[in-house]
Parts: sequence; C-alpha cells; structure tokens
Amino acid sequence: MLLIACPYCGERPEIEFAYGGEAHIARPADPSAMSDEEWAAFLYARTNPKGTHAERWRHTNGCGRFFNAVRDTVTDFFVATYKTGEPRPDLTPRSVV
Amino acid sequence: MQNFSALSLLRRAFGGHESWQPQWRTPEPKPEYDVVIIGAGGHGLGTAYYLAKEHGITNVAVIERGWLGGGNTGRNTTIIRSNYLFSESAALYDHSVKLWETLSQELNYNVMYSPRGVMMLAHTIHDIQVFKRHVHANRANGVDNEWLTPEQAKDFCPPLNISAKLRYPVLGASLQRRGGTARHDAVAWGFARAADAMGVDIIQNCPVTAIRRSATGEVEGVETERGTIRAKKIAVVAAGHTSVVMNMAGVRMPLESFPLQALVSEPVKPAFPCVVMSNTVHAYISQSDKGELVIGAGTDAYVSYSQRGGLHVAQHTLDAICELFPMFRRMRMLRNWGGIVDTTPDRSPIIAKTPVPGLYVNCGWGTGGFKATPGSANIFAHTIARDEPHRINAPFTIERFRDGVMIDEAAAAAVAH
Amino acid sequence: MSSLRTASGGRIDRTKTLRFYFDGRSHTGVQGDTLASALLANGEYLLGRSFKYHRPRGVVAAGSDEPNAIVNLTRDAARSTPNVRATTIELYEGLHAESQNRFPSLQVDIGAINDLLSPLLPAGFYYKTFKWPASWWQRVYEPLIRAAAGLGRAPTLPDPDRYVGRWAHADVLVVGAGPAGLSAALAAADAGVRVVLADEQSEFGGSLLSEPTEMQTWLAEAIATLAANPRVTLLPRTTAFGYFAHNMAGLAERVTDHLANPPPHLPRERLWQIRVKQVVLATGALERPLVFPNNDRPGIMLAGAARTYLNRYGVLPGKRIVVATATDSAYRAALDLRAAGADVAVIADLREAPGEIADEARAAGIAVRTATSVVGAGGLQHVAWAALAPVAGGAPEAVPCDALLMSGGWTPAVHLFSQSRGKLRFDADASAYLPDVSAEHERSAGACRGVFGLAEAQGDGAAAGASAASGKPYTPSAATPNGGGWLGLMPNAPAKKAFIDFQNDVTAKDIKLAVREGMRSIEHIKRYTTTGMATDQGKTSNMNTLGVASGALDATIPQIGHTTFRMPYTPVTFGGLAGFSRGDLFEPIRMTPIHPWAAEAGAVFEDVGQWKRAHYFPKRGEDLHAAVARECLAVRASVGMFDASTLGKIEVVGPDAAEFLNRMYVNAWTKLGVGRCRYGILCREDGFVRDDGVVGRIAQDRFHVTTTTGGAAGVLNMMEDYLQTEWPELDVWLTSTTEQWAVIAIQGPKARAVIAPLVEGLDISREKFPHMAVAECTFAGVPARLFRVSFSGELGFEVNVPADYGRAVWEAIYAAGRPHNIVPYGTETMHVLRAEKGFIIVGQDTDGTATPDDAGVGWAVAKSKRDFVGKRSLARAAMTGPSRKQLVGLLTADPKTVLEEGAQLVDDPHQAVPMTLLGHVTSSYYSATLGHSIALAMLVNGRARIGQTVHVPMPNGAIAVRVVKPVFYDPEGARLDG
Repeated sequence: MLLIACPYCGERPEIEFAYGGEAHIARPADPSAMSDEEWAAFLYARTNPKGTHAERWRHTNGCGRFFNAVRDTVTDFFVATYKTGEPRPDLTPRSVV
Repeated sequence: MQNFSALSLLRRAFGGHESWQPQWRTPEPKPEYDVVIIGAGGHGLGTAYYLAKEHGITNVAVIERGWLGGGNTGRNTTIIRSNYLFSESAALYDHSVKLWETLSQELNYNVMYSPRGVMMLAHTIHDIQVFKRHVHANRANGVDNEWLTPEQAKDFCPPLNISAKLRYPVLGASLQRRGGTARHDAVAWGFARAADAMGVDIIQNCPVTAIRRSATGEVEGVETERGTIRAKKIAVVAAGHTSVVMNMAGVRMPLESFPLQALVSEPVKPAFPCVVMSNTVHAYISQSDKGELVIGAGTDAYVSYSQRGGLHVAQHTLDAICELFPMFRRMRMLRNWGGIVDTTPDRSPIIAKTPVPGLYVNCGWGTGGFKATPGSANIFAHTIARDEPHRINAPFTIERFRDGVMIDEAAAAAVAH
Repeated sequence: MSSLRTASGGRIDRTKTLRFYFDGRSHTGVQGDTLASALLANGEYLLGRSFKYHRPRGVVAAGSDEPNAIVNLTRDAARSTPNVRATTIELYEGLHAESQNRFPSLQVDIGAINDLLSPLLPAGFYYKTFKWPASWWQRVYEPLIRAAAGLGRAPTLPDPDRYVGRWAHADVLVVGAGPAGLSAALAAADAGVRVVLADEQSEFGGSLLSEPTEMQTWLAEAIATLAANPRVTLLPRTTAFGYFAHNMAGLAERVTDHLANPPPHLPRERLWQIRVKQVVLATGALERPLVFPNNDRPGIMLAGAARTYLNRYGVLPGKRIVVATATDSAYRAALDLRAAGADVAVIADLREAPGEIADEARAAGIAVRTATSVVGAGGLQHVAWAALAPVAGGAPEAVPCDALLMSGGWTPAVHLFSQSRGKLRFDADASAYLPDVSAEHERSAGACRGVFGLAEAQGDGAAAGASAASGKPYTPSAATPNGGGWLGLMPNAPAKKAFIDFQNDVTAKDIKLAVREGMRSIEHIKRYTTTGMATDQGKTSNMNTLGVASGALDATIPQIGHTTFRMPYTPVTFGGLAGFSRGDLFEPIRMTPIHPWAAEAGAVFEDVGQWKRAHYFPKRGEDLHAAVARECLAVRASVGMFDASTLGKIEVVGPDAAEFLNRMYVNAWTKLGVGRCRYGILCREDGFVRDDGVVGRIAQDRFHVTTTTGGAAGVLNMMEDYLQTEWPELDVWLTSTTEQWAVIAIQGPKARAVIAPLVEGLDISREKFPHMAVAECTFAGVPARLFRVSFSGELGFEVNVPADYGRAVWEAIYAAGRPHNIVPYGTETMHVLRAEKGFIIVGQDTDGTATPDDAGVGWAVAKSKRDFVGKRSLARAAMTGPSRKQLVGLLTADPKTVLEEGAQLVDDPHQAVPMTLLGHVTSSYYSATLGHSIALAMLVNGRARIGQTVHVPMPNGAIAVRVVKPVFYDPEGARLDG
C-alpha cells in the first residue's frame, strides 16, 4: 500500500485515495472544433511511461481534493505531489536512503 | 524436432535421458528477417508458429528483452473460456478455445488444456440479468454456456458456500463446460519449440531500443542491444510494455498498464474441481494439477511497471475466497506475484495494422489474454502475412476508439441500478 | 522410548511431560519441544513422504526452512491444517499430527513405486507424454496426476477460528531477534524511538538459542531491557512475511497455535500491517544441504539443525554420527555432540585446509578427513552409512552411522531485502547473494548480509539500530563475508537421486536435464524442474540449484541470475489475511432509516451495491409474482408507498450551479425555474449514458440532484473531477446528501389525498403544485423537500425528510394511507410500474454502450448547447444511424409468455449459428394491470421496426414478438394528475 502525500493533508495511506489517471490532459476549450482524431487522442491516448509519470489522485476519503503527483512507475516511489493547476515539476526520481 | 511421447521418454530413459536436445536454439540475430516479432510471450511465439505453419513465412525472429514466456504468459491464473457477450468477442475467444482443444497434439507438447468448466457466480439480481444475457447470446453464437441454480452450482463445485446468509449470497451461476485451464509455461515452450523447428529464431535477452522508419514512414527494422535487425514487417506483442515499444515508432497508444496480482496456496490433494469466478465479490479460483489453489487478485489502481502491488489487493480477494469457500480459511498463501496488464479503454484487445506501414500490434488484453493465446496468435499471423486483418480481428482495430465503435464487455456488465 | 533425549541441558522443561499423537500412536515430549524434536527424541526418524517419488523423509532442519517433515495438524474436525512443518509446531498436551501423502501408511506407501519408476519421470516428463489419445488427458491422465500430486488434504469444514488484524506505526521495525536484531533493537530503543521487534520463533534469541552456554546472560538481559521499555513492542511468534512499498511490512502473529486449550477470547492469528520510518533486517542465514545421492534419507540433517536439537531441545540426532561439511560451523555441532556423549565417527571436510577448529576436533578425539567428499548414503527408511571418498579420486568408503550431518555453508536470508526491491550482488567469497543497494529506508545487519560471528553480528546490529533511530544515511561497515562453503553437486558424486529440492523431488540430474533441453535462465530451470517452488520456497535449495546449473551451463552464477524473491517469506493463512472481513463485516451493509420497518413488515431484500433494498412485501403465502401483482394493482387503483432513500443525492450550490449542471448534463438548466424539476441525463465523455435522475431547483443557486442508487459515488466523483480540475473558475459546491435525506415515494391516484393532511405550508393542489414541481414544506411536522414526480405514471410525490425522521414520517404516511388501503411496495413493483410506462433504468435498459438517443431519451439533449460532457463524442458518425440499437417495446402473442431478460433478438430464428444478433430483452415482466406480459428491449434500428415481428431464440424454439413503442400504459399521460 503506497504512502501518498496529499498536498493539503500530508502523508496518508493509499486506501484513502482514488487514482485519477494521467495528469495534464486538459479538456479542450472547444471540443466541437476538434477532428475525430484529435478528440480520440484527448479521450484515450496515454503516455503510459515506464519511468516518471504525472498523474492525478483524489483524496476521496479525506479532504476530497484532486491533486497531481509525479511517480516513478518502475519503483512506485513518488517524486513529488502538487496542487491541481500547478505546473509539472521537473524532477528526476529520488535516490533512497 | 525430437518427438515427445511416452515411447520416446521410455527409450531415452535407458540412456539416462542424456540424448535430449535443446527444445529451441539460442541463435545470434541475423541482419535481416522477413518479420520481426517483438515479445516472446505466448502470443508472440504463437504468432511466429502460425506465420511459419500456415503462411510459410519462416524467416522470422522473435525478439525478447528477457526470457521467453517470462511476462504475463508465466504469471497468469490460466483461465480459459469463451462465453463473452458480444459476437465479436465470442468469435475471437471461441476461435481460441477450438485451437486449445487440439493444441497439445498440434505442438507435440502437452499444454494440459483441461476443460473442467468455468463457473461464474451471480450475487445480485443485476448479475442474473447480465449472466442470462450472456447465456442467450452465447447460445445464438454457438458458444456453450448454461445457467445453474445455486444448488446446481454447488453440485458442480461442492466446496461452494450457497448459504443465504452470505453478505452476497450466490443466486445462481453461468457455466461454460468447455472452459478450464492450461499449463501456462507449456504453451510458451510448446510454441517456441515448434516455431524454432520450422526455422524461427527466438532471440532472448535482446532488448529493443528503437524502431527504424524510412523517410516515407514505413518500418525498416529495429535497433537492439545486440545490433540492428532489418525487417519490412514488425509486429509488436509486448503486453504491458506495448506503449513503451510503440512509442519508439512514434505511436501513442490508447493503453494503460496496471499491476495485476495472483497467488497460490500450498499444494493439497484434489479439493476443487473447476474454475470459479465472481466479478461481484472479486474471487477467481481453481486448483492446479500440482495441487495449489490458484487465485487471481485484482489490479492495483495505478499505472505501474513494478510487477508488484499492495497487500490490500490480495487481501480483498482472499476475503471473498474465505466467504465463498470457508473451509479454505486454514489454507495458506505460498506465493504471490504481479504481472503488468495493458488495458484499452473498452477492455478489449487491439489486433491490428497500425497507422505506420509495416507495423502491426497485438495488445490490450488486460487481465484476460492467456485464454486467447492460440487464437490471437493465429489471426495476428494472418494479419501480418496478408497485410489485412482476419475476419475475426477486423473489429479489433485502433481506429474503433476514434469512431466510438467499442467492444465494451465490461460496460455491458454495467453497474448496479 | 526416549533414549535420544539427553539427561540435562537445553531450553526444555523435562518435568512437564506432554502426551501427543503421531499417526495415531501415542508419544510423550516435554514442555519446550517442537513436534520435530519430540519425535526425534522418541526415535521417530520417518516423518513424511516426498511429493513425487514418495521417498521416506525425516527432519532436515530445525526451523521454517524445513522441506521434509510436513504434517497435518488436527485439533478437531473443523480445525485441520495441512502442510505444517513439524519443526515449527510447538508441542502441547494432546497434540494430534498425521503424516501426509502416503497410502496406506507412512511406513508402507504404495506411491513409493514412483521411486522405482523415476527413470520414466524426469523433470518435465508430463510435457512430453499424456497427449494420446487426446480425450484421455481430461478423463484419465489428469485425474491420476492430480490425485498423485498435492501434499496434505484441504480442510473440509468451515474454519471456526477467529482472525484479527492491526495497523501500526513505528519509527524502527527490526526483523529477527538474533544477536544482530536484538542489538539493533537495543540501540534504537536507547535513542528513544518507537521500536517493533518481531521474530518468527517462540523465543527471542535466534542463533543464540542453539548455543550451549555462551551469551545466555546477555540474551536474558537484552530481552528484559527491551520488555521494560514502553516504546518497544515485542512480537514473538510473528513472521515478517512481506515487505511492501514505502516501508510497509506485513507480519503474521500466531497467537494461540501453541496452546493446548486456546482461550476463546483470543484470535488464532493477528495480521500486523506496520508502516515505519526505518527497517532493520536481521534475518540471519540458512544452512545449505550437501547434494549427493540419497542425501534425503531420514537421519541426514543439517549440522546446524543437529546442534539446535542438542543444545535447545536436549535431543541427540543419533548415536553414531558422521559429519560432512564444507565449512567450520559443522565442527561446532560435532564438538557439542561429542561432549554430550555421542559417537562422532568422522568429520569429512571437503576443504583441504580447514581452520583451527579442525585441530580442536581432533583434540576432542574426532577423526577429521580433509579433502573428502560425501558421495552417497545407504539405508532405506533410516540412514545406515555414509559413502566418503577423497576429492582427488579413489574408491568411496562406507562409514556406518545412524545420523549424517551436513553443512554446505550458509546462505544469507535476503528474502525481505529482495522483496523491498533492494538490489543484490553475488559475492564469490560468500558463495551467496548479499544486499547491495537499498530501495527503501532499510538496512541489513548480521548474517543476512554475510556478517557472521556473534560479536561481529552484535556490533553490526547495534550500528544499524542506532543509525535507523537517527534516520541518517548509513554506510554499513565493510563486511568480510566468509563461510562460502560449497554450492551444487558434491565432487565425485553422481547426480542421480542427489536431491536439491527435497520436497519437490528435484535432483541434480533434473537440473542438468533442464539445461540440456535448452532451459538457460534460472526462471526456466525453476519452472521446468519445479525446483524452489515447494512450500519451503527453496530456502534450502535455491543456491544449490544455481551451483548445479552453473556447472551445466558453464556459466557464472550471476550470468544465470536469481529468481525474484516474493512475499510471503513463509506461507500465510488465508483466514489471517482476510481478518475481520467475514460475514456481515465482509462489506459494509447500508440500510435506509426505513429498513427496520420493512424488515418487520416481512419484506424480502435484495442487494444493490452495498445497499439492502426491499424487493417486495409478501403477505402470507405469496411468492414474488403474487406480491408484485398485488402491489402493482394497488398503486394503479389507489396508492402505494416506496422507500427511495437509496437514490443518490447531491446538493449543487453556488452562483454558477446552473452553469455547472449545463456543462455536466445533456439537458439545459439555465431556464429551469425555481421550484421546478427536470429529468436529467449524464453522459460520460465518450457519449454513453452514465446516469440519470430528477434534478430540482430549490433556489436560484441551489439544485437538488438525484442519481441512481449504484451510481451516486461515481457521479459525485465525476462532478468533483470536472469542477476541481477543468472548471475551477466556477463558483460551485458539491455535497453528498444521500444519507442525509430519507426519501419516500407516494404513488397512485390517492397519493394527494394521503399526504394532504400531513403537509403544512404548501398548497399541493393540482394547480399550485403541478407535475415536476418541488418545494420546501413541513411534512408530518418535519422540515421536508417535496417533489411532485412520478416514476410510475400515476399521480406521485417524493418526500425528502431528514434521515432521522425517515421511519416516523414513513409510519405517518402509512397511517394516513390506511383508509385508502395504501400498500408498501418494493423495487420489483417499482420496476414493473416504470416499465409499463417505458421509463428506463440506467444499468438495466442501458449498459454503458447506449447513447441518450439509443435509450429513447434523446429529447432531453439540449442540442443548442455549445458543449456538455459527451457532446463531442455524440457527434461521431457511428453514434447515430440505423446501426444503433434503440429502446423499443415487445409484445408476445401469448399474453402469458414472459420473455426472459437477456434473451436475444433475431430476424430469422432458423439461421445457422453464429446468428446475427439484433439486440436483447432488457426488462420483462407480467403486467397485472394490463393483463399481459410486457418487455423493453434494445433493438438495432428499433424505432424503424415498430410494427414488425422479430424472434427470440430460446432453447425450446423461438418466440415471435411484435415490436411496439416502449409505452404500454397510459401513453397520453392522463393519470399523472390522478
């Protein structure tokens, strides 16, 4: 069970949170102006990286807030968590110990 | 290829089994192949086998970053069934079941396909509606699937607790008698041995680092840690790593990779005759021929390549096992492991040509790819050889997500009202 | 017969004898024994049969690494536990154990014929055979294999024992209470932090428990010091079995298994899940067997285990002993046994130049042969001689013995370190993998990182413990690993019947065969031979496998790799992992405030998500159909009442509330007046219907949104997602009010008459409170929100009152309705009534693949809106047109024929399979009101087919059905006003 640092509440166990998928995929301002391809890319294309991944979590059983996190998908270690709307921090995975 | 039989075993026993040959070679990669398959899991090895067997294409390399059969092929709970709702899915998975039925003989390798029956439990009225819809659709599609009362379900699986006092009592079940299990490693090894015998090069410990494309876009070959390998056709069958590999060709996939856990108990004498699945309380259980109870746990919530998950996920499935089969509470978990499952938005696979000429992809099997191994490989080989999809995989395109023509088995199971 | 028990010494209490039973025969042991030590003391060498060849097997080890001595433990019929290691069972009065995997008896086992057939049963034989005739696999071969496989028998009765769980936090977790672990715990506790110390054994001490005299005072003092510290939690009999991400550990504590009469208030096991800042692993090392033919005979055991049996349990492994070793440590066992009066015939040391300890042995009168290999053993059910041969070559000599002790060296227990994803490195001097780079905030100390020797382990532990308490980065002292010993097949020994994995019957020959057949990676070798996959998880076999494979492949051990260590370290009880989650605690039960009333009224309940909902209210003698017919007719004729409290409710409040709903729902909301309701449809972004419900505008800036029962949490999460992450500029608050309101629907022509006396402060006349009105009022004396809505087609109201008043208001309505013969009705009647009107149930008539237009509610879509969730997806070509399935009604020719929900629709029922399927029946009932069956269906191009006939193929022939509009009752809507 991961330990997740909610930017509002601090470190809490994973079961308090709901995963929200890849972060920084903004809903287009004018969807009707998009081609089918562009719209499908918004809906479905995902980076799914092996390495650092910016992703959304919601502290569902806590403050209820959505926030973003950067996590290494190989080690599952978090590099950072930050509030929705803030830019993705440019960080490399931390070394441990 | 050395013949495998009781007689050959007996004959070689007199020689102390000294005369067995390697089941596959360990070749160095050649500079060029007609087809390069990336990923030596069951689907990839099977693709190579059918390319050689049914399409005469033997100048094929299967490139694997680790060891063959080491990914999800060797990490799953080996459930085989074809009682899917939609005609597209039923056709795909039933094609596979038909191949399973003769695969041991076809490959001269005992893959231990064991049609002991797959029973899926209904715990709510909504479950009953959904399962009966499956039963009716399956019958019209020629796929065996029948409805059982709780008492019939217990007859078929005596350990099952059908007490009305359960938190979610068993209200009935659907049963596919042709469903069952197989020996997962044997599938990979059997395909590898048979493909190798027809000239396919299986190149293990050879991570792909890049996919080369020409100025006009079509694929030219792959860069690997063991050099460049040219090929005009490249087939990606990399399961959880498909996004990573397809990115090398500049294609972003509608995939996410999640950890999926499974576990086994210590071995015991036969105690569980069939496969039982419950999507409502999340229990998936059978007993292997070795005697271990084989239990599928759920996926963790987040994208990960770590091949492990949280204990709470394994606990959750054991909660359900202990309720449905309360005599197993004293059994013990012996091994737990994780795989990486690549899932599409509609939880159905993609078996298709890609926007890149010469590049083919077979992925998105989620938690259910093992059962499809021979069928998937068979039609994927057809797609590669003919450069057009087989009738069965024609609906399983990447473009269906753009067009909204989903094959959404999970959504069709819907949510409670 | 207790002739192998020493007269004195050990950590047992010879004055407390305990009677126990093995295979029905009565024996006595003493307090402090394990089952294994007690049986050995009684001269019982033969304790089990192996998995494949049914070879006779005895005790090899003294702890959780034991591969052979596996028994079934039975307290009573329901408390039967298979596959328990006799070496870890603490003896108690009246213990019953049975050997396994043998028939008819342990001594005479028919399955032992497999041993004679073993040339036909090499590794992987089952892949090569049993393929012909094909049908025999399932009918003949597989049942035979399954019956032969397995070890013990699974229990057959439900387990009555209790299992509990506990969550904990600490600063430092120390795993292992040997000299290193105790020192670490002491050092950490000295620094004032919270420490948890866990050890799998019944007593703390680890290797010190096997020492005759040395350090016993230190051990007692260390334990006392820790026990007196309130910040220290001591967990004996507790196995740290799993090391999870972010320094979370899983520990299984065995609370009562060692007690003859467990007190009923105690659970059998307690699962600890502990999150800590720092972990110290002091998990020790495991001794390796030597690999030579017949090395599995009862009486052949690890030298360290023999030392434990002598010094801890006061049991001699035999009277004439041969020791075969590749390390110094076995000499300690020989010396201790010699001192205890045993005849140590010879020590055969593989090495040419053993250390000084060889001189000590010789001085004690023990013959030491150097450069000598053990190449075989004799005897059948008990070892009778050891074959010793010079490494340089020459004929082996058979040395008679009744115990053969072996030591191939020590393998550090890096299991937990590896589980944590720490990186291992192979150390050639240690012949072992050692911890290299940590992944977690963790440090290893003592033998588990190759630091052997008591003083060295203590120092290493203390340093690790102090640094863990400080939380500062730690560089462990440079260890000089030793005790490398020997890996793989003994020199000059044949590979046949030279066992590596005892339990799974994997020999050195099998490993060589696997390599010959092309299995080059350790993962392939493991899977092909099953080595290391038995219940001991390869604790004694993994390194010997690598040793043999290394030779066969002519590759170094790092080139072959190592298998991934995965949890659990030792097997963990399913019940322990499930813990409290049992019976009603399996998952929370959600009940409405009206639930008790319904239960008292005899309602039958159904599970909908976590909710219990009243399904129907049978009167005496009624079944579902009779009750539902009565309930339906009553609603249509007079009035009924229904508990709708489970419907999801979300309060949407704020200046931008209407704009927010505009963006979320397909409907238009801006012009909805205060005091009015609208039926809302929520799509997913992919355009398919996600949820529906009535939305009432309570005030300009306040909406009362209802959702389906199952969809409530998901809809709120979706709303929060869009509000927080896509449109944070909107000034809106969302609050779940599902459990704050009790909701009672009153439906039927008499509905107004029933509630009128209860309503205060609101004119509910037809003119002043029309259909789809909402208002706040006082209802039965309680503040309420009253909706004029109908899910039945009749005049209807839904009253929302604070949940605590739900039952009182329900009873008030029931009392007021008695003159009108009001009936309480359940979800089934609700479904029939709405189906008669063609109202959909999201999740039943839609299935996640239906658009609003498919579901017949396209009228709700505000097409003029620039955007809403799902709008862009609905514009895709495939989302419209004749290929779509659409909601229709179906009528059968025979009014009594009720179609089966889920039944399929086809044009030609005689077509060959696979048929072209056009859709399916989504809802189907017998309508007592109409006197015939009705059905709703999703049908391809359905609305264009109205008036046509389609067919429902059933097992007994097809049923022709007429496609009709999906409204069966009161299509004009005349009854809405009563």
